[in-house]
Formats: sequence, C-alpha cells, structure tokens
Amino acid sequence: MFQLDNVKYKNIINTKQLTIPADTITAVTGPSGSGKSTLLRLLNYLVSPDSGTVSYHGKPFSAWEPTELRRQVMMLPQQPVLFGETVAENLQAGRLFSGREEVSEEKLTAAAQQCMLNKQLSDSAENLSGGEQQRLSLARLLLAGPDVYLLDEPTSALDEDMEWNVMERFLAEARRAAKGVIFVSHAAAMADHFADHTIQSDSFTRGGGLKP
Amino acid sequence: MTENTSIIELSFWQILAAYVFIVLLLVIVRWRKIPREKEILISSLRMTFQLLLMGYVLMFLFENPSPWLTSLIVLFMLSFAIWNIFQRVRGPLSREMKRAIAVSMSIGTILSLLYFNFVVIQFAPWFNPRYFIPIAGMIIGNSMTGITLGVQTLTEHLHSQRSRVEAALMLGATPNQATRKLVNQSFDAAILPTINNMVGAGIVFLPGMMTGQIISGVNPVTAIGYQIAILLGITGAVALSVILFTQLGYKTYFNDRMQLKD
Repeated sequence: MFQLDNVKYKNIINTKQLTIPADTITAVTGPSGSGKSTLLRLLNYLVSPDSGTVSYHGKPFSAWEPTELRRQVMMLPQQPVLFGETVAENLQAGRLFSGREEVSEEKLTAAAQQCMLNKQLSDSAENLSGGEQQRLSLARLLLAGPDVYLLDEPTSALDEDMEWNVMERFLAEARRAAKGVIFVSHAAAMADHFADHTIQSDSFTRGGGLKP
Repeated sequence: MTENTSIIELSFWQILAAYVFIVLLLVIVRWRKIPREKEILISSLRMTFQLLLMGYVLMFLFENPSPWLTSLIVLFMLSFAIWNIFQRVRGPLSREMKRAIAVSMSIGTILSLLYFNFVVIQFAPWFNPRYFIPIAGMIIGNSMTGITLGVQTLTEHLHSQRSRVEAALMLGATPNQATRKLVNQSFDAAILPTINNMVGAGIVFLPGMMTGQIISGVNPVTAIGYQIAILLGITGAVALSVILFTQLGYKTYFNDRMQLKD
C-alpha cells in the first residue's frame, strides 16, 4: 500500500495522512484542477513532495531506486504518447523501458484485443485516432505488467459505451492478475461502478486524511 | 612542379577597398529596412580588431616560440569559444548546462588536437605556434559551432518533447532511455554541417586553409593533403565534443531522483 504522511506539494497536495491500497481498485475523483493527476505523479515518484513522506510497501520513496519503483508502479498520462512507428513497436516500448524482455506477437495481439484495439501490429501508430492511441497506451501498460497501474483518465477520448467496455476489460485483466489499480476519473458513476474504494480530492488537498 | 612563392602583400588601401562589401551589405539592409546595421558594423569592426590583434600575437609568438605561450593562447581561444557558446544560445542556460558545455568543449577539442598534432602532422617542436595555433583555431572553432547547434536542438527537443520523456519515465525508463531518441537527433543536427562540409569540399568551395596555402605559394597537392587531414580532424573533433556534450547535457535536465526538473 501507499502511505502519505504530512505531505505538502506546491499548494496542490496537502494531507496529514492518506493510505491507498496497492492491491485493489481505487478511484480518485474530484473537480478538474483539484490535484488528482498530481497525486498520481507523486505516487509514480515523478515529483517529490516539498515536505512529508510518501512510502510504498512501508519503504519511503527516498529509499527506493526511482526506476525500480516506477517499474512496479507505472503511470499512464492522460494524453497518449507514441513510442516508435508501428503498433507493435509501441506495444513493446513499455517492456523495453522497464527493462523487461520483448514478448511474442501473439501476446501483443492479445493485449491489443483486451483493450479493444483491433489493428494490425504493422499498422502505423501515427494514423490512429486519439481514442485508439489511448487504447494502444493501455495495452502497452498491460504488457509491461507492473504491480500497480496509475491511470490518469485513461479513457477520456472514448465515447461512453467504449469507455465503459474498455475499462471493464482492462480492470478484469488487472483483477485476474491480482494487480492494483488507482485511476483518476471525472465520472462519479464510473468510480462507483468499478472501484473498491473511492478517494475524493478534498481528502488530500485540504489537510484532511482518509483511511479506506 | 615549380612553386611560385611570391605573394602580393596587401596595402592598407587594398584592404580598405575590401570594406566596400560591408558598405554594400549596409546599403542593402537599410534599403530593405532590416534592423541589422548595428550588428554588421560591430561584427566587422570586431573581426578587424581581433584579426589584427591575432596577427601581432602570432608575429610575437613566431619570434619567441615557447610551450607556455602556445598553451596559453590555445587556452584563451578555448575559453573564448566556450563563452561564445554561452552568448549564442538563445534562452538561459543552467549552471550545470554551462559546466557540461565547458567540459565537453575542453575535453573534445584538446584530445582531438593532441591526436592530430602528435599522430597525424607530427611537427616539431610540439608547441611550434606556426602549426599549433591555426590548427587549434580550426578545431576549436568548428567544435564551437557544433556544440552550439547541439545545445540549441537538445534544449528545444527537451522542451517540445517533455511529455514524451515524462511518459517514458512513468513506465520505468531511465533518463538515458527516455531521452535516447532526442539526444540522437541533437547529435545528428550538430554534426550534419560538418558532414556537408566534406561533401562540398573541392567542388562547391575551396576550404579556407587550402585557399590560404595556395595563395601563399604552396604546391596545391601539399595544400590538399593538409586540407584533407584538417577536415577529417575537424569532423572527429566535432563528433567527439558533441557526443560528450549530449551525454553530459541531457543529464542536466534530471535531478538525482531521475525526475525532470521544472
């Protein structure tokens, strides 16, 4: 689990104590600009708090080797990013960045299908629509296989039906593999439906605390 | 082959006549209302002053050759080149970035210079200013241009591709992995002019060193030998200093927690 103690960051994050489980599905909700993405960036060790400590598995971040931690706790930004030209290269990128060996084409195709991306592996990734690139990024993350997924509005570019379907399938796979998911969502209904716990942004922005 | 060793000594009036080209340039920018008059005046004055000064310094050095004086002049040229890079790059440079520029310029040019002088040309004594200083000038000058381009592209790429670099870090990439592509692009952009220089040499333009030697009466084949060697030396020096720079330079954008600095 993640533990935040007396964490303050740039007038955005301010919490006495916050505990977030790392083996279940947690939704982070709140109005836009309320620090939800910043919370994920803190948990990914992409930024460090101005004061206080963040720990994972009881070990403060300062004691973690940063890439080692990020390879266990990976984050997906809201804007999809391409790494390489083809769909296949993009799917393998997470494996390579995290120091894992490449996987077979069957596994690439299976992960793409799991995230409802029906494209050829040799297709150009640049020609994909925004929504397709989001699904490509989700599939890349599934293949990289960390212990915890931090998802920042991972399906914001999809229409509602597709959004629910993709989330359903992604989270089913995460549950099957006993992984933790912390996802930011603007839709309260989605948080209620999918998450085991929900964290409201005011619990980590106003000096509050929460123990789910 | 006979060598014509007589060279026309330019008189004051002949040099003054060459300034007509600057007057032409001034007339053009004034006519087109391009606000560059001040820079043109300052740079042609600076060029004149710096070259005159260098002429007297070289004359003094040739008459009093000394390992200390030669080394001192080369160090001065190097420092001036480094300072010049700081001035030429648009936007502020962090202290770490300045250090990366200084270290890569110094190591890259000095190593190339030593190899070139001791292994390729092999002149004696090793500090002979007639060889050492012009060769140092060419190697330092070209490395300066290369690193300036390298700094420019690296800074721009890290700015425009920040979210991409960050997305790679989020997946557990090291800063090295996260920036590999843009570091390579910066290296490529920085050495491209040097490579193009080799392509055009001899056909599109006669390089300055060769031109000077030929005018001063050196057998063209000898001059070409030197020119080939120096073009290769320049390419090596630019490659070495730019790769050193990119390797040190990208790291200045990260802190010890492997986070991108603000």
